[in-house]
Amino acid sequence: MFDFWKNALRDLGKIGVAYIIITVGAWMVFMILIPQLIMFDYSFRPMLALRDIGGPKDVWTLKNYIVFFTNKLHMAIFFKTIWSSIIVTSAALAICYPIAFYLAKVARGGKVGLLMLGLIIPYWINELLRLFAWQIILADSGILNNLLMVLGFISDPINFRAGDGAVILGMTYAYILFMVFPIYNVMESLDRNQLDAARDLGASWLRIHRKIVIPYAKPGIAVGCTMTFMLAAGTVAAPQLLGSPSSFWFTQVINTNFETANWNQGAAYATLLMLLCMIFMFIMLKLFKVGLKELTQ
Amino acid sequence: MGQDVEIADVSMRFGDFYAVRDINVHIEAGEFFSFLGPSGCGKTTLLRLVSGFMDPTKGQIKIGAKDMRGIGSNNRPTAMIFQNLALFPLMTVTQNIGFGLEVRGVPKTERINKVEELIELVDLHGAGKRRVSELSGGQMQRVAIARALAVNPAVLLLDEPLSALDLKLRHHMRAELRNIQRRTGVTFIYITHDQTEALTMSDRVGVMSIGKLEQVAEPDVIYNTPATAFVASFVGESNRLQGTVSSLDGEYVVLKTATGLFSCKNPQQLSQGEDATIFIRPETVFMTTEPNAPNLLTCGIQDLSFEGAYAVATLKTEQEQLLTMRLNNDGTAPRIKTGENVTVTFNRENAFVLKNGDTSSV
Repeated sequence: MFDFWKNALRDLGKIGVAYIIITVGAWMVFMILIPQLIMFDYSFRPMLALRDIGGPKDVWTLKNYIVFFTNKLHMAIFFKTIWSSIIVTSAALAICYPIAFYLAKVARGGKVGLLMLGLIIPYWINELLRLFAWQIILADSGILNNLLMVLGFISDPINFRAGDGAVILGMTYAYILFMVFPIYNVMESLDRNQLDAARDLGASWLRIHRKIVIPYAKPGIAVGCTMTFMLAAGTVAAPQLLGSPSSFWFTQVINTNFETANWNQGAAYATLLMLLCMIFMFIMLKLFKVGLKELTQ
Repeated sequence: MGQDVEIADVSMRFGDFYAVRDINVHIEAGEFFSFLGPSGCGKTTLLRLVSGFMDPTKGQIKIGAKDMRGIGSNNRPTAMIFQNLALFPLMTVTQNIGFGLEVRGVPKTERINKVEELIELVDLHGAGKRRVSELSGGQMQRVAIARALAVNPAVLLLDEPLSALDLKLRHHMRAELRNIQRRTGVTFIYITHDQTEALTMSDRVGVMSIGKLEQVAEPDVIYNTPATAFVASFVGESNRLQGTVSSLDGEYVVLKTATGLFSCKNPQQLSQGEDATIFIRPETVFMTTEPNAPNLLTCGIQDLSFEGAYAVATLKTEQEQLLTMRLNNDGTAPRIKTGENVTVTFNRENAFVLKNGDTSSV
């Protein structure tokens, strides 16, 4: 530890070290620690009229959390969010694993660049607009319905946006890159000779993936899954734009709380969501036997 | 047991570029065969063709008389040892060695026995539970050999596997490889750019240059009677005298060079007027006091370096032609000093005139 500081001082000088400590420290304190603590504090206080804040009614309470556990609808929505996020994560993994493998180990030269560009270009557009595009595609008089009707598969438009299918589809599309890149990054450093060696020793492609590629790509898969899950569980845009009005998502519940000025309730729900994401992350770490350090690389 | 490998008329083209071209060679069952050549000569491509990572654009590869076209590397009776060994880093030594058996569905008890046996064979007792990353270079080498031998290959393909080792270990592993080859009777096809490696280990050597096979022969034949200028310059050291064929005399020829007329062997049956080069090994050059001996060269000693068992003298003729002479430290050679003038010669039996070839890749 002492060596670390000595080296840092030698390499960066006093001003450099001070600059890094101050900027990083300020960022951590003001952007992460204080807002989270304030939210945490809010979540344990009752909703009060402005004049009662700081008064005798302003006490610590678990009321906001108890509301959640007694509200069957909110609990159902919460579990639906977990479940849907798991589906989004699984779908993204199923799509991205082959893409990442192809990019990292099969495609060569210019093809990689071109494919990469193809993956990145949609991300030059704002997430809202990308989701909006799906709204247009899936609308009753949208491209997909029109196409299916022209081809004669259906006579009346299908309401794709009933239920949660459209939201899951939109999210999977929106977060594919967050799954592709972590996996691609890890796979890229996998020695191609190892694939050849396994093949040479008689392994089928399926087994090569099971025994060589997947174990090697584990940290990347864990990172990709964690990111995708968190994004899916935490987005409000996708359900807002693509969800059916009758099907609420947990983020929308939180949003409504804040909009109706019940910040305390919203803070409690947001804390629950954060807790969920943390639990998911640790499950991933355990499942893939990856350390926190590898995950953040 | 080993099987023979027949490489018939094999060419491999990548776009317009021929990596290997018109290769014909028959490797005997149980033979230790080396392909020797500079980097980029196509030897690795040839090995990958035999192992089945790709099929040749033209020609046929037969292993044990069976045509291998269309048969993938996972179904060929070959196993390869990669240049970087390509051990599986997340597995233990035992898991690495047992991988080929596991994918073949060999029952666990049988697998354990076989792996134990191989660990003995390559001298790795007690290392079975260790991770590959905890091993030394030599141990990794042994794991790679054991892993390849585990699947009972008829042909073992080795792609410069010793190049990453330090000199001492490399010497040791050469003997070890040779030993394992004799004990197992597996056909070894070894790829290297290191001539000493090829000459010391192999039964036969095939010398390659820019995709073509220049000569296939026993190591001593390669060294003593190189078939082409490329082989003569790539294998061992040579003095070279360039000139034109001036007269023929049976299996000998007289070449006219800037330093005079020299008589030497004519293995390529060159005819009068052809441009060619004489190759003379430094150890066949010797000093003489006989004024009428053939192939005389009068030189000044430019440099003398004592190497222990022998000394190497750098000589320069009046025509500025440089020569190297090797003097055995056995007390027979007269003592000489830098700056002295000496007369040297060579037997026409030990010198070859060869057509000027492309030796740029040497």
